[in-house]
Amino acid sequence: MSGSYAPLLILLGVSVANAIGMVVVSHILNPRRPTPQKDMPYESGMIPLGDTRARFSVKFYMVAISFIVFDLEAVFLIPWAVEMRELGWSAFAAVSMFVVVLAVGLLYEWKKGGLEWD
Amino acid sequence: MEPISGLAALLSSSVKIALVFSGVMLVVAYTTLAERRVSAFIQDRIGPNRVGPFGLLQPIADGIKNLLKEETSPAAASRTFFILGPILAMVPAMVTFAVIPFAAPLPTPWGVVDMIVADVPIGILYILAFSSLGVYGVVLGGWASNNKYAFLGALRASAQMVSYEVALGLSLIAVFMLAGSVTLTEMVWQQQQLDLWFAFPLSLAFLLFVISAFAETNRLPFDMPEAESELVTGYHTEYSAMKFSMFFIAEYSHMLTASALMATLFLGGWDIPFATWDDAFWYEGVLIRGFGPDGVPLAASPAWWKTLFTLGVFALKTGFFLVFFIWVRWTLPRFRYDQVMQLGWKVMLPTSLAYIMVMAASMLILDQVGVAYGFAYGLALTGVSLVCTLLFIFYLDDDRIMKGAGARQAASDPVPTEGGD
Repeated sequence: MSGSYAPLLILLGVSVANAIGMVVVSHILNPRRPTPQKDMPYESGMIPLGDTRARFSVKFYMVAISFIVFDLEAVFLIPWAVEMRELGWSAFAAVSMFVVVLAVGLLYEWKKGGLEWD
Repeated sequence: MEPISGLAALLSSSVKIALVFSGVMLVVAYTTLAERRVSAFIQDRIGPNRVGPFGLLQPIADGIKNLLKEETSPAAASRTFFILGPILAMVPAMVTFAVIPFAAPLPTPWGVVDMIVADVPIGILYILAFSSLGVYGVVLGGWASNNKYAFLGALRASAQMVSYEVALGLSLIAVFMLAGSVTLTEMVWQQQQLDLWFAFPLSLAFLLFVISAFAETNRLPFDMPEAESELVTGYHTEYSAMKFSMFFIAEYSHMLTASALMATLFLGGWDIPFATWDDAFWYEGVLIRGFGPDGVPLAASPAWWKTLFTLGVFALKTGFFLVFFIWVRWTLPRFRYDQVMQLGWKVMLPTSLAYIMVMAASMLILDQVGVAYGFAYGLALTGVSLVCTLLFIFYLDDDRIMKGAGARQAASDPVPTEGGD
């Protein structure tokens, strides 16, 4: 039967403690002999060129925005999906409209080239 | 048989948490060994076999080595986030296993103990929420390293995990419709009731879920964030020693959770095939194994050997998927990044949306016609799904494999014409 959330919190605590413990223990145990070369960012053995925090492709923002839209769609579909067989055809029609609207949005993004990656 | 309660429940909970946590760690450790041994087998090498019998102590040696090794921390890195990265990657990966039932309920003198850490009503939504938190660790680690490879790897990881999460979530909708619930215990029960694992009536959802799971765990053919040939090792380029292994533990425990999820959602979880004596479910406060012909619940009789058997079956199914993950990694080449994004947005997303509507309509029609929830119901859905899956595979294949090498050869070099000059 559906139990309480307490074990999840305890497990979360154990996991956090374990992860922090790993970092701390290795920090205590490992030797440190830093040299300027060791502390340089690894760039295939070359002297690093330019700034790392450079600008990057706007495509990544497009993906993030599309993700919000379609992941929210999935979230909205979950309550319907669980009760789908009880709710019957009227709910199915409503959800169909919802999905069609989003599919049209996807198609628009597609045709506008928002999903192209080159 | 009463469910366990009071102090005994608290104690059993603690024991389960300890067992599951150390179990996950142990399986993760030995999956790394399995990965190396299986890859060696596939590439006709021997693999690590020196530490202990068959190299069985290798993971322990690796762990000790990583604890004692010198750690480099780049001077240009943002220190706080550099340390926070692996922690944030590892914690969500370790906690997701908690809502997966791994065996039939175990009877004890103090009551029946469910073989699950926490049977919460949100079930799989908890896994979805926590596993998507893992991307923060990857992005933060890659960004804080102040290394170009790491930064590119982190960016790729974020875009890829986010893209496939949509397909993952949508492929699960079909499972929710058939099971009528989001808790994993209920899903195991529904598969026992249907006499059919969900892999059959929801075959396309299974296929989409497997593909998304590979992308979500950053495993080949989707290991763009780590692509060795272009990004050194991607987001963890600057990490060494323990922090490096923490990223690895995160990856492998994601793999373990994904395997356990595939086994639970689509292969019946701990259900033993072709047998009903192992079925068990809490129904109105009593443990039942099904309903009689007149709708009367039949009481289940849990036993320690049933728990043991079902645990073995669950381990077998999960282990199969773990080996499958490794097998695929050493068999398939890596995608190009634009192909990854194209598959995610232009193929997986529309397919899963269409599939949801087709399955919803089929289930409603079956309900309308009056087919009772059971084997016939599942069989009808299997037929519908099979058509969808075949269409999907034919579309993806695009005459590449199924047409056959002979036909392609004939098309590419025409038959030499006789009587020419």
